[in-house]
Amino acid sequence: MNKEMDLKAVVAQLRDGMTIGFGGWGPRRKPMALVREILRSDLKDLTLVAYGGPEIGMLCAAGKVKKLIYGFVSLDVMPIEPYFRKAREAGAVEVSELDEGLLLLGLQAAGHNLPFAATRVGLGSDVMKYNPHFKTVKSPYDDGEVLLAMPAIKLDVALIHASRADRLGNTQTDGPDPFFDGLFARAADKVFVTTEVLVDRIGDEHSDKAKSQLFERCLVTGVVSAPLGAHPTAAHEAYGWDMGHLKDYAASAGEEGGWQRYFDQYVKGGDASYASSVGGEAKIRALPLPIF
Amino acid sequence: MTTAKEFTLAELIVAVGAQAWASDGEVLATGIGPLPRLAAGLAKLTCAPGIMMTDGEAYLVEDPIPLGPRGDYKPKFSGWMPYGRVFDSVWSGRRHAMVTPVQVDRYGQGNISALGGEFQKPKVAMLGVRGFPGNSICHKNSMFLPSHSKRTFVEGEVDVVASVGYNAKNWPEGAKPADVKLGVVITDLCVFDFNGPDHAAQVLSLHPGVTFEQVQDATGFPLLRAEGMTTTAAPTEEQMAIIARLDPHNVRATVLKGNPPGVRAA
Repeated sequence: MNKEMDLKAVVAQLRDGMTIGFGGWGPRRKPMALVREILRSDLKDLTLVAYGGPEIGMLCAAGKVKKLIYGFVSLDVMPIEPYFRKAREAGAVEVSELDEGLLLLGLQAAGHNLPFAATRVGLGSDVMKYNPHFKTVKSPYDDGEVLLAMPAIKLDVALIHASRADRLGNTQTDGPDPFFDGLFARAADKVFVTTEVLVDRIGDEHSDKAKSQLFERCLVTGVVSAPLGAHPTAAHEAYGWDMGHLKDYAASAGEEGGWQRYFDQYVKGGDASYASSVGGEAKIRALPLPIF
Repeated sequence: MTTAKEFTLAELIVAVGAQAWASDGEVLATGIGPLPRLAAGLAKLTCAPGIMMTDGEAYLVEDPIPLGPRGDYKPKFSGWMPYGRVFDSVWSGRRHAMVTPVQVDRYGQGNISALGGEFQKPKVAMLGVRGFPGNSICHKNSMFLPSHSKRTFVEGEVDVVASVGYNAKNWPEGAKPADVKLGVVITDLCVFDFNGPDHAAQVLSLHPGVTFEQVQDATGFPLLRAEGMTTTAAPTEEQMAIIARLDPHNVRATVLKGNPPGVRAA
């Protein structure tokens, strides 16, 4: 069993109109090497699901998106992702804006093969109004409470960036917060993982880190060796986010032809030249982790 | 407990903000933005020692972490609070956040999602509803709004109801409106809450030098004078020292336009 693939082979498995979920959180641990490969492809009409960061903005900027399902789309210190904001204000994409917890519950329901999750979250707010397909359900017990039936968010594919993986599909993810990578993995028909480090058998070298596995290998279809593959987002503990680069990216959203400029400068040349286009491997590895 | 002779409006807000958590016991306190975060830190070191705080990332700390670059300061982690557990805390109700909506209405509903236009094509896209729907239906929330005006405290309803309030008509058919827990609303002019008759907004205290009429004129819905309405208490020297220690880079001076003094000239 060898699940190793390359970026192109993963993107070759994606289809127009698919629903794709992304692991990570804002500008943290996003599978950006795969995102750039999608940007270089002909894929279109995608539905994206995320606690979003620059992956959402870039795919919107490139016109790849039909619909967004999100808890937020943010660059953290820049609270609203600039291309997401542009797409929203232009009405360029259909949106399902969710409470962050509803996104969690929808993914969890999908992963458990359930049609919905019962919750109070969303009741009384405009989440109900702007997601008119949401329905309520009445508790069958004595309390008879009316709750929101948060529909399962089933993904065709989840794309996730990990710290280490092996060719069997085992993964390990460093950092203080696992976020919801495990839920994205479980909600998806296929999971493709990019990894900072790829080994044959993870237990041979990293046995002590087994608790940092966020989802089991049977969920994983393919693993891609992609060192620095989360740049410009943070990949705990390997490197922090690249705020200088993100600021340049954000500035491009305000320029005439700005996206084309960004694409030509950093994306068009392909994965092999990416690190050098953004300042080189040593610079990326020295990026500090954010402090609040 | 000597009252400070000189203090800024930001410091007054932090000092009165800390009181928001005074009766909470052991809950997760989340102050979003510099002044609410300082207020939570001050609360933990004075009136609310039981509250739990994080490092802003994923760990719990018993000593509130100073704002900004830390120098030699090394946080001591006492526990773990990744986002998954934050949601567990939210849904179990054991949390009290202080948040900053862009719009608030007479029902105590808040908006951080979008302004104007159609929801699918808003005039101004903001943060999205983020965690507001779940937070507001599950646990107590207080608010800090840095600029008290009719643009923030709107006449009708907020453009997008992100956090729920006392507005029964927004609940779906058959659903019982939630027992919403709104704490205090702290602004650059006053402190108010929604505990008047039928959850009407009532002013608890006016900041020094501010009149009730001034506040009413800047508010898009009617305000009541709470019984015992008073002047917001000046910070003590002890509170000022803690605030200075929690904010060594004086981030608090950058929050309110012009960093005005705590006592307005009449």
